[in-house]
Amino acid sequence: MRVNVTVNGRLREADDVWEGESLLYVLRERLGLPGSKNACEQGECGSCTVRLDGELVCACLVAAGQAEGREVVTVEGLAELAARRAGGSAPAGEERGEEGPPGAGLSPVQRAFVDAGAVQCGFCTPGLLVAADDLLARVPDPSDADIREALSGNLCRCTGYEKILDAVRLAAARAGETV
Amino acid sequence: MDFLRPGTWEEALAAKAEHPSAVPLAGGTDVMVEINFDHRRPEYLLDLNRIGDLYEWETGERDVRLGASVPYTRIMEHLRGPLPGLALAAHTVGSPQIRNRGSVGGNLGAASPAGDSHPALLAAGAEVEAESVRGTRLIPVERFYTGVKRNALEPDELIRAVRIRKADGPQQFAKVGTRNAMVIAVCAFGLALHPEARAVRTGIGSAAPTPLRARAAEEFLDAALAEGGFWDSGRDLPPSLARQFAELAAGACNPIDDVRGSARYRRHAVGVMARRTLGWAWDTYRGSERTTRCA
Repeated sequence: MRVNVTVNGRLREADDVWEGESLLYVLRERLGLPGSKNACEQGECGSCTVRLDGELVCACLVAAGQAEGREVVTVEGLAELAARRAGGSAPAGEERGEEGPPGAGLSPVQRAFVDAGAVQCGFCTPGLLVAADDLLARVPDPSDADIREALSGNLCRCTGYEKILDAVRLAAARAGETV
Repeated sequence: MDFLRPGTWEEALAAKAEHPSAVPLAGGTDVMVEINFDHRRPEYLLDLNRIGDLYEWETGERDVRLGASVPYTRIMEHLRGPLPGLALAAHTVGSPQIRNRGSVGGNLGAASPAGDSHPALLAAGAEVEAESVRGTRLIPVERFYTGVKRNALEPDELIRAVRIRKADGPQQFAKVGTRNAMVIAVCAFGLALHPEARAVRTGIGSAAPTPLRARAAEEFLDAALAEGGFWDSGRDLPPSLARQFAELAAGACNPIDDVRGSARYRRHAVGVMARRTLGWAWDTYRGSERTTRCA
Protein backbone atom coordinates (compact mmCIF):
# COMPACT_ATOMS: atom_id res chain seq x y z
CA MET A 1 0.00 0.00 0.00
CA ARG A 2 1.00 3.63 -0.33
CA VAL A 3 1.48 5.83 2.74
CA ASN A 4 1.48 9.62 2.68
CA VAL A 5 2.93 11.22 5.76
CA THR A 6 4.36 14.61 6.63
CA VAL A 7 7.83 14.11 8.07
CA ASN A 8 9.72 17.05 9.52
CA GLY A 9 7.45 19.46 7.68
CA ARG A 10 7.64 17.80 4.26
CA LEU A 11 4.95 15.68 2.67
CA ARG A 12 6.48 12.30 1.87
CA GLU A 13 5.17 9.30 0.02
CA ALA A 14 6.19 5.70 0.62
CA ASP A 15 5.23 2.98 -1.85
CA ASP A 16 4.95 -0.80 -1.57
CA VAL A 17 4.55 -0.58 2.18
CA TRP A 18 3.62 -3.93 3.73
CA GLU A 19 0.41 -3.69 5.79
CA GLY A 20 2.09 -4.95 8.95
CA GLU A 21 5.06 -2.65 8.60
CA SER A 22 5.95 -0.18 11.34
CA LEU A 23 6.34 3.57 10.96
CA LEU A 24 9.94 3.04 12.08
CA TYR A 25 10.67 0.79 9.10
CA VAL A 26 9.13 3.31 6.72
CA LEU A 27 11.20 6.14 8.16
CA ARG A 28 14.47 4.25 8.09
CA GLU A 29 14.24 2.01 5.05
CA ARG A 30 11.87 3.82 2.73
CA LEU A 31 12.34 7.51 3.48
CA GLY A 32 16.08 7.53 4.18
CA LEU A 33 15.81 8.83 7.73
CA PRO A 34 18.00 6.49 9.81
CA GLY A 35 18.17 8.79 12.85
CA SER A 36 15.40 6.89 14.67
CA LYS A 37 17.06 3.67 15.77
CA ASN A 38 15.74 0.14 15.58
CA ALA A 39 16.52 -2.01 18.60
CA CYS A 40 13.94 -3.81 20.71
CA GLU A 41 10.90 -3.53 18.41
CA GLN A 42 8.64 -3.81 21.46
CA GLY A 43 8.54 -0.33 22.95
CA GLU A 44 11.00 -1.10 25.74
CA CYS A 45 14.06 0.89 24.71
CA GLY A 46 12.75 4.18 23.32
CA SER A 47 15.49 4.46 20.69
CA CYS A 48 12.86 4.87 17.94
CA THR A 49 11.05 7.71 19.77
CA VAL A 50 9.42 10.26 17.45
CA ARG A 51 6.54 12.70 17.64
CA LEU A 52 3.31 11.65 15.96
CA ASP A 53 0.91 14.60 15.67
CA GLY A 54 2.91 16.15 18.52
CA GLU A 55 2.70 13.11 20.85
CA LEU A 56 5.78 11.22 21.93
CA VAL A 57 5.53 7.63 20.64
CA CYS A 58 7.66 4.60 19.81
CA ALA A 59 7.73 4.47 16.00
CA CYS A 60 8.16 0.68 16.14
CA LEU A 61 4.66 0.33 17.64
CA VAL A 62 2.86 2.55 15.13
CA ALA A 63 1.67 0.71 12.03
CA ALA A 64 2.73 2.58 8.92
CA GLY A 65 -0.88 2.85 7.80
CA GLN A 66 -1.79 4.57 11.06
CA ALA A 67 0.59 7.42 10.15
CA GLU A 68 -1.30 8.14 6.90
CA GLY A 69 -2.03 11.87 6.72
CA ARG A 70 -0.34 12.55 10.04
CA GLU A 71 2.68 14.62 11.04
CA VAL A 72 5.87 13.03 12.25
CA VAL A 73 8.91 14.75 13.72
CA THR A 74 12.10 12.72 13.96
CA VAL A 75 15.48 13.59 15.44
CA GLU A 76 16.44 14.89 11.99
CA GLY A 77 13.77 17.58 12.35
CA LEU A 78 14.55 18.70 15.92
CA ALA A 79 16.66 21.71 14.93
CA GLU A 80 13.98 23.00 12.62
CA LEU A 81 11.27 22.36 15.20
CA ALA A 82 13.26 24.30 17.80
CA ALA A 83 13.77 27.17 15.37
CA ARG A 84 10.07 27.28 14.56
CA ARG A 85 9.19 27.22 18.25
CA ALA A 86 11.56 30.13 18.89
CA GLY A 87 9.74 32.06 16.17
CA GLY A 88 12.83 32.14 13.98
CA SER A 89 12.72 31.56 10.27
CA ALA A 90 13.26 27.90 9.72
CA PRO A 91 14.63 26.88 6.35
CA ALA A 92 11.82 26.09 3.96
CA GLY A 93 11.27 22.39 3.40
CA GLU A 94 11.73 22.55 -0.36
CA GLU A 95 15.09 24.25 -0.15
CA ARG A 96 16.84 21.77 2.06
CA GLY A 97 17.91 18.17 1.86
CA GLU A 98 15.96 15.36 3.41
CA GLU A 99 17.97 15.25 6.57
CA GLY A 100 18.20 18.97 7.17
CA PRO A 101 20.89 21.30 5.92
CA PRO A 102 24.36 20.30 7.12
CA GLY A 103 25.14 23.79 8.37
CA ALA A 104 21.82 24.35 10.09
CA GLY A 105 23.36 23.60 13.46
CA LEU A 106 21.79 21.84 16.35
CA SER A 107 18.71 22.36 18.44
CA PRO A 108 19.39 23.61 22.00
CA VAL A 109 18.84 20.11 23.39
CA GLN A 110 21.27 18.60 20.90
CA ARG A 111 23.84 21.31 21.72
CA ALA A 112 23.45 20.58 25.44
CA PHE A 113 24.00 16.83 24.89
CA VAL A 114 27.23 17.58 23.02
CA ASP A 115 28.45 20.09 25.60
CA ALA A 116 27.62 17.87 28.57
CA GLY A 117 29.27 14.82 27.01
CA ALA A 118 25.97 12.97 27.16
CA VAL A 119 26.78 10.83 24.14
CA GLN A 120 28.70 7.58 24.43
CA CYS A 121 28.03 5.01 21.71
CA GLY A 122 25.23 7.28 20.50
CA PHE A 123 22.64 4.62 19.76
CA CYS A 124 20.11 5.79 22.35
CA THR A 125 20.83 9.47 21.70
CA PRO A 126 18.20 10.22 19.02
CA GLY A 127 15.39 8.81 21.13
CA LEU A 128 16.61 10.60 24.23
CA LEU A 129 16.87 13.87 22.31
CA VAL A 130 13.30 13.66 21.07
CA ALA A 131 12.05 12.72 24.57
CA ALA A 132 14.10 15.45 26.28
CA ASP A 133 12.95 18.01 23.74
CA ASP A 134 9.33 17.04 24.43
CA LEU A 135 9.87 17.40 28.20
CA LEU A 136 11.44 20.86 27.92
CA ALA A 137 8.67 22.04 25.61
CA ARG A 138 6.09 21.04 28.23
CA VAL A 139 8.06 21.74 31.44
CA PRO A 140 10.65 24.49 30.96
CA ASP A 141 12.16 24.10 34.44
CA PRO A 142 11.91 20.38 35.24
CA SER A 143 12.86 18.84 38.58
CA ASP A 144 15.15 15.82 38.63
CA ALA A 145 12.09 13.65 39.22
CA ASP A 146 10.42 15.18 36.14
CA ILE A 147 13.49 14.41 34.04
CA ARG A 148 13.75 10.83 35.28
CA GLU A 149 10.06 10.25 34.65
CA ALA A 150 10.17 11.79 31.17
CA LEU A 151 13.19 9.70 30.16
CA SER A 152 12.06 6.49 31.85
CA GLY A 153 11.13 4.93 28.52
CA ASN A 154 14.60 5.41 27.02
CA LEU A 155 17.38 2.96 27.80
CA CYS A 156 21.11 3.72 27.53
CA ARG A 157 23.10 0.50 27.45
CA CYS A 158 26.31 2.45 28.06
CA THR A 159 24.60 3.50 31.34
CA GLY A 160 25.50 7.12 30.66
CA TYR A 161 22.50 8.43 32.54
CA GLU A 162 24.26 10.96 34.80
CA LYS A 163 25.59 12.95 31.85
CA ILE A 164 22.24 12.68 30.11
CA LEU A 165 20.54 14.18 33.18
CA ASP A 166 23.26 16.88 33.21
CA ALA A 167 22.51 17.65 29.57
CA VAL A 168 18.78 18.10 30.18
CA ARG A 169 19.47 20.34 33.19
CA LEU A 170 21.93 22.34 31.06
CA ALA A 171 19.42 22.78 28.24
CA ALA A 172 16.77 23.92 30.74
CA ALA A 173 19.18 26.34 32.43
CA ARG A 174 20.25 27.86 29.11
CA ALA A 175 16.64 28.28 28.01
CA GLY A 176 15.93 30.00 31.35
CA GLU A 177 18.79 32.45 30.83
CA THR A 178 17.60 33.59 27.44
CA VAL A 179 14.11 34.43 28.71
CA MET B 1 -2.56 -8.91 5.03
CA ASP B 2 -5.15 -6.20 4.52
CA PHE B 3 -5.17 -2.89 6.35
CA LEU B 4 -8.74 -1.79 7.06
CA ARG B 5 -9.15 1.87 7.88
CA PRO B 6 -12.71 2.68 8.92
CA GLY B 7 -13.45 6.37 9.36
CA THR B 8 -16.44 5.93 11.65
CA TRP B 9 -17.57 3.54 14.38
CA GLU B 10 -20.36 2.20 12.15
CA GLU B 11 -17.82 1.41 9.44
CA ALA B 12 -15.62 -0.32 12.01
CA LEU B 13 -18.51 -2.53 13.18
CA ALA B 14 -19.40 -3.36 9.57
CA ALA B 15 -15.78 -4.28 8.83
CA LYS B 16 -15.59 -6.50 11.91
CA ALA B 17 -18.84 -8.21 10.93
CA GLU B 18 -17.55 -8.85 7.43
CA HIS B 19 -14.09 -9.96 8.61
CA PRO B 20 -14.44 -11.48 12.10
CA SER B 21 -10.77 -12.52 12.05
CA ALA B 22 -9.69 -8.87 11.78
CA VAL B 23 -7.42 -7.83 14.64
CA PRO B 24 -8.34 -4.43 16.09
CA LEU B 25 -5.36 -2.08 16.28
CA ALA B 26 -5.39 1.09 18.38
CA GLY B 27 -2.21 2.06 20.27
CA GLY B 28 -0.33 -0.93 18.90
CA THR B 29 1.55 -1.50 22.15
CA ASP B 30 0.57 -5.20 22.17
CA VAL B 31 -0.45 -5.99 18.59
CA MET B 32 2.55 -4.40 16.88
CA VAL B 33 4.94 -6.26 19.18
CA GLU B 34 3.40 -9.54 18.05
CA ILE B 35 3.65 -8.53 14.40
CA ASN B 36 7.22 -7.23 14.74
CA PHE B 37 8.26 -10.54 16.28
CA ASP B 38 6.38 -12.61 13.71
CA HIS B 39 4.21 -14.16 16.41
CA ARG B 40 1.11 -13.13 14.60
CA ARG B 41 0.17 -12.62 10.96
CA PRO B 42 -3.45 -11.53 10.96
CA GLU B 43 -5.33 -11.60 7.71
CA TYR B 44 -6.74 -8.16 8.46
CA LEU B 45 -5.62 -5.31 10.66
CA LEU B 46 -8.49 -3.07 11.72
CA ASP B 47 -7.07 0.38 12.46
CA LEU B 48 -9.22 2.23 15.00
CA ASN B 49 -7.10 5.40 15.19
CA ARG B 50 -9.39 7.38 12.93
CA ILE B 51 -12.48 6.94 15.08
CA GLY B 52 -12.63 10.04 17.23
CA ASP B 53 -15.49 8.74 19.42
CA LEU B 54 -13.16 6.15 20.93
CA TYR B 55 -10.90 8.90 22.30
CA GLU B 56 -13.66 10.68 24.23
CA TRP B 57 -15.12 10.21 27.69
CA GLU B 58 -18.27 11.36 29.43
CA THR B 59 -18.77 11.75 33.14
CA GLY B 60 -22.32 10.90 34.15
CA GLU B 61 -24.22 10.61 37.44
CA ARG B 62 -22.92 7.17 38.32
CA ASP B 63 -20.25 6.26 35.76
CA VAL B 64 -17.46 7.55 33.64
CA ARG B 65 -18.00 6.21 30.13
CA LEU B 66 -14.42 5.90 28.97
CA GLY B 67 -13.88 5.53 25.22
CA ALA B 68 -11.93 2.38 24.44
CA SER B 69 -8.92 4.20 22.97
CA VAL B 70 -8.49 7.00 25.53
CA PRO B 71 -4.75 6.86 26.26
CA TYR B 72 -3.47 6.36 29.80
CA THR B 73 -1.88 9.83 29.64
CA ARG B 74 -5.35 11.42 29.35
CA ILE B 75 -6.67 9.32 32.26
CA MET B 76 -3.81 10.58 34.44
CA GLU B 77 -4.39 14.18 33.38
CA HIS B 78 -8.17 14.38 33.45
CA LEU B 79 -9.78 11.54 35.40
CA ARG B 80 -7.85 11.41 38.65
CA GLY B 81 -10.90 12.70 40.55
CA PRO B 82 -13.62 10.25 39.48
CA LEU B 83 -11.25 7.33 38.77
CA PRO B 84 -8.40 7.55 41.30
CA GLY B 85 -7.53 3.84 41.26
CA LEU B 86 -7.35 3.69 37.47
CA ALA B 87 -5.29 6.89 37.38
CA LEU B 88 -2.79 5.34 39.81
CA ALA B 89 -2.63 2.20 37.69
CA ALA B 90 -2.21 4.30 34.53
CA HIS B 91 0.88 5.89 36.08
CA THR B 92 2.57 2.50 36.29
CA VAL B 93 1.99 1.59 32.64
CA GLY B 94 5.19 1.35 30.57
CA SER B 95 6.70 4.75 29.84
CA PRO B 96 5.46 8.13 28.59
CA GLN B 97 5.66 6.83 25.01
CA ILE B 98 3.54 3.79 25.87
CA ARG B 99 1.04 5.77 27.97
CA ASN B 100 0.49 8.14 25.04
CA ARG B 101 -0.74 5.20 22.91
CA GLY B 102 -1.95 2.44 25.22
CA SER B 103 -5.56 2.38 26.43
CA VAL B 104 -7.95 0.49 28.71
CA GLY B 105 -9.74 -0.86 25.64
CA GLY B 106 -6.48 -2.38 24.49
CA ASN B 107 -5.81 -3.85 27.94
CA LEU B 108 -9.25 -5.49 27.87
CA GLY B 109 -8.89 -6.70 24.30
CA ALA B 110 -5.54 -8.31 25.09
CA ALA B 111 -6.93 -9.67 28.40
CA SER B 112 -3.48 -10.45 29.74
CA PRO B 113 -3.67 -11.32 33.44
CA ALA B 114 -0.84 -8.79 33.91
CA GLY B 115 -2.69 -5.82 32.35
CA ASP B 116 -2.35 -2.86 34.73
CA SER B 117 -5.87 -1.50 34.44
CA HIS B 118 -7.68 -4.73 35.40
CA PRO B 119 -7.26 -4.57 39.21
CA ALA B 120 -8.47 -0.97 39.22
CA LEU B 121 -11.52 -1.78 37.08
CA LEU B 122 -12.42 -4.77 39.28
CA ALA B 123 -12.10 -2.73 42.47
CA ALA B 124 -14.04 0.29 41.21
CA GLY B 125 -16.75 -1.76 39.47
CA ALA B 126 -17.09 -1.55 35.71
CA GLU B 127 -18.90 -2.86 32.66
CA VAL B 128 -17.43 -3.38 29.23
CA GLU B 129 -19.56 -1.97 26.44
CA ALA B 130 -19.25 -4.52 23.64
CA GLU B 131 -20.84 -3.64 20.33
CA SER B 132 -21.46 -5.31 16.99
CA VAL B 133 -23.79 -4.70 14.06
CA ARG B 134 -26.23 -6.87 16.06
CA GLY B 135 -26.34 -4.45 18.97
CA THR B 136 -24.70 -3.46 22.25
CA ARG B 137 -24.27 -5.46 25.44
CA LEU B 138 -22.79 -4.58 28.80
CA ILE B 139 -20.47 -7.20 30.28
CA PRO B 140 -19.56 -6.88 33.98
CA VAL B 141 -15.78 -6.70 34.02
CA GLU B 142 -15.40 -9.71 36.34
CA ARG B 143 -17.15 -11.82 33.71
CA PHE B 144 -15.18 -10.33 30.84
CA TYR B 145 -11.94 -12.22 31.54
CA THR B 146 -12.47 -15.84 30.54
CA GLY B 147 -8.93 -17.24 30.46
CA VAL B 148 -5.30 -16.36 29.85
CA LYS B 149 -5.49 -13.69 27.14
CA ARG B 150 -9.12 -14.63 26.47
CA ASN B 151 -12.17 -12.46 26.87
CA ALA B 152 -15.92 -12.66 26.47
CA LEU B 153 -16.09 -10.80 23.14
CA GLU B 154 -17.83 -12.48 20.22
CA PRO B 155 -15.84 -12.54 16.96
CA ASP B 156 -17.90 -9.71 15.46
CA GLU B 157 -17.76 -7.49 18.55
CA LEU B 158 -15.54 -4.51 19.31
CA ILE B 159 -15.06 -2.67 22.61
CA ARG B 160 -16.73 0.72 22.34
CA ALA B 161 -16.18 1.95 25.90
CA VAL B 162 -15.85 0.97 29.54
CA ARG B 163 -18.37 2.24 32.05
CA ILE B 164 -16.50 2.67 35.31
CA ARG B 165 -18.20 3.53 38.60
CA LYS B 166 -17.16 6.96 39.89
CA ALA B 167 -15.29 6.74 43.17
CA ASP B 168 -17.31 7.47 46.32
CA GLY B 169 -14.34 6.74 48.57
CA PRO B 170 -10.57 6.28 48.57
CA GLN B 171 -8.97 3.89 46.06
CA GLN B 172 -5.47 2.46 45.94
CA PHE B 173 -3.30 0.50 43.55
CA ALA B 174 0.01 -1.30 44.09
CA LYS B 175 2.23 -3.22 41.70
CA VAL B 176 5.39 -5.26 42.15
CA GLY B 177 8.15 -5.10 39.55
CA THR B 178 11.88 -4.70 39.20
CA ARG B 179 11.81 -0.95 38.57
CA ASN B 180 9.28 1.86 38.39
CA ALA B 181 9.05 2.14 34.61
CA MET B 182 8.66 -0.35 31.79
CA VAL B 183 7.60 -3.20 34.03
CA ILE B 184 5.14 -5.98 33.35
CA ALA B 185 3.59 -6.62 36.74
CA VAL B 186 4.95 -9.53 38.75
CA CYS B 187 1.65 -9.05 40.52
CA ALA B 188 -0.65 -6.14 41.29
CA PHE B 189 -3.49 -5.25 43.64
CA GLY B 190 -6.31 -2.71 43.48
CA LEU B 191 -8.58 -1.73 46.34
CA ALA B 192 -11.58 0.57 46.53
CA LEU B 193 -13.61 1.61 49.56
CA HIS B 194 -17.27 2.20 48.75
CA PRO B 195 -18.57 4.03 51.84
CA GLU B 196 -22.06 4.55 50.37
CA ALA B 197 -22.56 0.82 49.95
CA ARG B 198 -20.37 0.11 52.98
CA ALA B 199 -18.39 -2.30 50.88
CA VAL B 200 -14.79 -2.95 49.94
CA ARG B 201 -13.85 -4.24 46.50
CA THR B 202 -10.55 -5.62 45.29
CA GLY B 203 -8.76 -6.66 42.14
CA ILE B 204 -5.79 -8.97 41.78
CA GLY B 205 -3.53 -8.82 38.72
CA SER B 206 -1.00 -11.30 37.39
CA ALA B 207 -1.51 -13.91 40.12
CA ALA B 208 -4.04 -16.20 38.43
CA PRO B 209 -5.01 -17.13 34.84
CA THR B 210 -7.29 -14.09 34.80
CA PRO B 211 -7.56 -10.87 36.79
CA LEU B 212 -9.98 -11.52 39.64
CA ARG B 213 -11.58 -10.16 42.80
CA ALA B 214 -10.59 -11.53 46.19
CA ARG B 215 -14.19 -12.30 47.09
CA ALA B 216 -13.60 -14.06 50.41
CA ALA B 217 -11.36 -11.21 51.56
CA GLU B 218 -14.01 -8.66 50.55
CA GLU B 219 -16.79 -10.52 52.35
CA PHE B 220 -14.72 -10.94 55.49
CA LEU B 221 -13.84 -7.25 55.57
CA ASP B 222 -17.38 -6.06 54.80
CA ALA B 223 -18.69 -8.10 57.72
CA ALA B 224 -15.89 -7.09 60.09
CA LEU B 225 -16.23 -3.38 59.29
CA ALA B 226 -20.01 -3.51 59.78
CA GLU B 227 -19.79 -5.50 62.98
CA GLY B 228 -17.18 -3.22 64.52
CA GLY B 229 -19.02 -0.06 63.43
CA PHE B 230 -15.85 1.09 61.70
CA TRP B 231 -17.57 2.98 58.86
CA ASP B 232 -19.24 5.29 61.41
CA SER B 233 -16.51 5.53 64.00
CA GLY B 234 -13.66 5.89 61.50
CA ARG B 235 -11.51 4.12 64.05
CA ASP B 236 -8.13 2.64 63.29
CA LEU B 237 -8.37 -0.92 61.95
CA PRO B 238 -6.91 -3.54 64.31
CA PRO B 239 -3.77 -5.20 62.87
CA SER B 240 -5.38 -8.65 63.24
CA LEU B 241 -8.18 -7.60 60.91
CA ALA B 242 -5.78 -6.30 58.25
CA ARG B 243 -3.73 -9.46 58.61
CA GLN B 244 -6.69 -11.72 58.03
CA PHE B 245 -7.78 -9.64 55.04
CA ALA B 246 -4.27 -10.03 53.62
CA GLU B 247 -4.27 -13.79 54.15
CA LEU B 248 -7.61 -14.17 52.42
CA ALA B 249 -6.42 -12.01 49.50
CA ALA B 250 -3.31 -14.17 49.13
CA GLY B 251 -5.54 -17.23 49.27
CA ALA B 252 -7.56 -15.99 46.29
CA CYS B 253 -4.47 -16.22 44.08
CA ASN B 254 -3.77 -19.11 41.77
CA PRO B 255 -0.36 -18.08 40.48
CA ILE B 256 2.29 -19.77 38.38
CA ASP B 257 6.09 -19.81 38.49
CA ASP B 258 7.51 -17.89 35.56
CA VAL B 259 10.45 -15.68 34.61
CA ARG B 260 9.00 -12.72 36.46
CA GLY B 261 8.45 -14.44 39.81
CA SER B 262 7.56 -17.63 41.60
CA ALA B 263 4.04 -18.60 42.58
CA ARG B 264 5.03 -18.51 46.24
CA TYR B 265 6.44 -15.00 45.95
CA ARG B 266 3.36 -13.76 44.11
CA ARG B 267 1.02 -15.12 46.76
CA HIS B 268 3.08 -13.50 49.51
CA ALA B 269 3.35 -10.19 47.67
CA VAL B 270 -0.40 -10.00 47.01
CA GLY B 271 -0.98 -10.39 50.76
CA VAL B 272 1.46 -7.59 51.52
CA MET B 273 -0.11 -5.30 48.91
CA ALA B 274 -3.61 -6.08 50.20
CA ARG B 275 -2.62 -5.08 53.74
CA ARG B 276 -0.83 -1.93 52.61
CA THR B 277 -3.48 -0.68 50.21
CA LEU B 278 -6.15 -1.24 52.85
CA GLY B 279 -4.08 0.76 55.35
CA TRP B 280 -3.53 3.65 52.92
CA ALA B 281 -7.15 3.77 51.82
CA TRP B 282 -8.49 3.51 55.37
CA ASP B 283 -6.20 6.31 56.55
CA THR B 284 -7.59 8.53 53.81
CA TYR B 285 -11.14 7.54 54.72
CA ARG B 286 -10.54 8.27 58.40
CA GLY B 287 -9.04 11.63 57.46
CA SER B 288 -12.09 12.58 55.44
CA GLU B 289 -14.44 11.27 58.14
CA ARG B 290 -12.73 13.38 60.79
CA THR B 291 -12.90 16.46 58.57
CA THR B 292 -16.59 15.92 57.86
CA ARG B 293 -17.45 15.40 61.49
CA CYS B 294 -15.46 18.39 62.73
CA ALA B 295 -17.08 20.60 60.11
